[in-house]
Amino acid sequence: MGSTGEGFGRRDLIKRSAALGLISVPTMSFLSACASGGGDTTKGPDKGVVSKENPFGVAKGGKMDVVVFKGGFGDDYAKAWEAAFDKKWGTTSSHLGTQEITGKLQTRFNGGNPPDVVDNSGAQRIKLDVLFKSNQLADLTPVLDAPSLDDPTRKVRDTLIAGTVEQGTQGGKFVSLNYVYTVFGFWYSGKLFKEKGWTPPKTWDEFLAVCAKAKEAGLGGLAHQGKYPYYINVVIMDLIAKKGGLEAMKAIDNLEPNAFEGNADALAAVEAVYEVVEKDLLLPGTNGLTHTESQTAWNQYKAAFIPSGSWLENEQLKQTPDDFDMQFLPVPLLPGSKLPFEAIRAGAGEPFIVPEKAANKAGGLEFIRSMLSREWSTIFAQQANSLTVVKDGVDPGVKLRPGTQSAVTALKAAGTNTFNYLYIDWYSEMDTAIQDASNELMAKRIQPKEWIRRAQAAVNKAAQDPNAKNNRRS
Amino acid sequence: MSQVVQGRGRTGFIAGFLLAPLALYLTFVIWPYVQTFGYSFTNWTGQSPTFDFVGVDNYSALMKDEVFRGALWNNLLLLVFVPAVTILLALFFAFMVNAGGRGGAGGVQGVAGSRLYKVVYFFPQVLSLAILAVLFGAVYRSDEGGLLNGALIRLGLVDRLHPVEWLNEPNLVLWCLLLVVVWHGVGFYLVLFSAAMQSIPKDIYEAALLDGAGRAQTFFKVTLPLLWDSVQTSAVYLGIAAMDMFVLVSTMTSGQFGGGPDHHSEVMATVLMRNFLYFGKSGYACAMGVVMLVLTMILSVVTLRATRRERIEF
Repeated sequence: MGSTGEGFGRRDLIKRSAALGLISVPTMSFLSACASGGGDTTKGPDKGVVSKENPFGVAKGGKMDVVVFKGGFGDDYAKAWEAAFDKKWGTTSSHLGTQEITGKLQTRFNGGNPPDVVDNSGAQRIKLDVLFKSNQLADLTPVLDAPSLDDPTRKVRDTLIAGTVEQGTQGGKFVSLNYVYTVFGFWYSGKLFKEKGWTPPKTWDEFLAVCAKAKEAGLGGLAHQGKYPYYINVVIMDLIAKKGGLEAMKAIDNLEPNAFEGNADALAAVEAVYEVVEKDLLLPGTNGLTHTESQTAWNQYKAAFIPSGSWLENEQLKQTPDDFDMQFLPVPLLPGSKLPFEAIRAGAGEPFIVPEKAANKAGGLEFIRSMLSREWSTIFAQQANSLTVVKDGVDPGVKLRPGTQSAVTALKAAGTNTFNYLYIDWYSEMDTAIQDASNELMAKRIQPKEWIRRAQAAVNKAAQDPNAKNNRRS
Repeated sequence: MSQVVQGRGRTGFIAGFLLAPLALYLTFVIWPYVQTFGYSFTNWTGQSPTFDFVGVDNYSALMKDEVFRGALWNNLLLLVFVPAVTILLALFFAFMVNAGGRGGAGGVQGVAGSRLYKVVYFFPQVLSLAILAVLFGAVYRSDEGGLLNGALIRLGLVDRLHPVEWLNEPNLVLWCLLLVVVWHGVGFYLVLFSAAMQSIPKDIYEAALLDGAGRAQTFFKVTLPLLWDSVQTSAVYLGIAAMDMFVLVSTMTSGQFGGGPDHHSEVMATVLMRNFLYFGKSGYACAMGVVMLVLTMILSVVTLRATRRERIEF
């Protein structure tokens, strides 16, 4: 998740292929590059005095090593942060903004000399579950219990939007701060809808009706990022959660034997999505397009809806016409849904971590605490045009674009009715298998029942993961 | 100076030149192979220096891994078609360019404009695979914006509302990729074969022509036998390329590190990378690497043996 966050969506073809070119030369030689390094190093950084203002004991004048994913948000915000940090603590920060997190950091993790703070995002992020399993992640709970920089009488924990802690928890430990607050759903052009006289649908039937009208008008109904089925999975899974309620969602995250199979709500959700395919309401060719290709087609008014997270607006800035009026729409309801229409998947993306073996771990923790101050949160909102997980963390003076604004409105309307799946971070293999099934479903090569069977098989396989015991949610 | 001393001096001289490269080779080529072999018996996650030995678990899991077996099958398919199609086309073009022209007064020459063709044919080789992936991504694009779809729709062969999703069609995707590899390779092998053909003495051709041999006969009776060494080498190279295919598959097809739709374009290298970097099963991936290494070595030996012929001197 995040600006250019969730793997499948955010692959910039050229950059990716260029990077792959480097590692593609004979398999064996690349494997050699990944050989693990020797034992751990024992460099003891100077410790500062622990106090109320300095809860982690940051040493003045030390070094900070920051690596951030340079995606849709750029990395200017991080440079501004580092400058502020250096000024306050007298540290010297080294900055690396890169798309190749794995390439740059895998050897460092293996060698026991990782950076102090990492924004572990993008297509080439290092999988969190894997890092966690390998004991490479520092427990960030001390940050949550430290006093907030804005108001020392409150704990940092109390300044965060609900769900942030849960989202960053692996095996019962809070190990990643997902910093950017993201909402998921459909998006449409306010201008197109006004011109055609369409109203944003609230039920799935209305949704299909708008798609049908779009088709009559010579457009596609639904566009989706077919090459990365991650996006259409958002629709399928959100329909399941909204129809079956939070229980249905947790059943999937908790790998229940009836998460999909024998779950009428799940089948209804898959059938609803399949109806779009069956009624031929997809944008022609969308099944084979990348995220940028399909999103750009949608920006050219070639389709009515597209699913995505709220990074969409930032990602499409250059392709979006000035008067496009991007608008967010919660996933419409199936009959008999347990959650209201306003309910949305909302979660924190762009995971920042502090490596367990960081040379300046105290500095890393303090950096995370500073990120959760209003000052740094506003810097982020200004530089990256997105919201953070800090409650009211943006100065009211910052003006938002229409898409982000509509997402904020939807978030307010949702109130406490937000939900978020965790299996994506917990079980990469299961996620991939379900994506494969969705790709087949959208191409009309399998039927909803077969999708359910395959999804359940993926769940059953994930249940054998040793982590399945720890990764339970309630 | 006695013969013996001279011999020793030479040995020392040669050894001096050989030792340093040998050491480098051992350190940077052989040692990683050994390491990979070692890792293939562990449950290494790739993100930490700690791991346990699990014996041959990875290998027995590999035998049951349907995705990997499918990938292996795809590699074998490519192994048959990539060298065969590329070499046949390259041979044909090379022959036409060098000796396919209407024989003038006893002369042997290529078809008209052959010099230009040689240059043009070589172009694709200059492009890196990464660029090629982008280029052909545009050709195979699944909506009417794609070159192929656009042309077919204009010609009325494809319905605008249901374009062919080339790389998203299970039955087409592998062949689409094959075409790219062949397109990329033909030019290089054409030039290679051309060079070999030019080293064949003209008098042999002239003799054949005088004896009344046609183009086909000249090709099969004269050119091909004399080119056999080059063809053999090409087959090994192309075979190794067909065993890899990583860059094209991973960038052009759907799925984490490619292989889609639904594993239909999977090759061993993509399965390996997904397990190595994405699923955190690096030990398992190392086992795949070992299997790939063994297969590639068998392939090279078999190709060289199977194509061995008596050498013709000229």
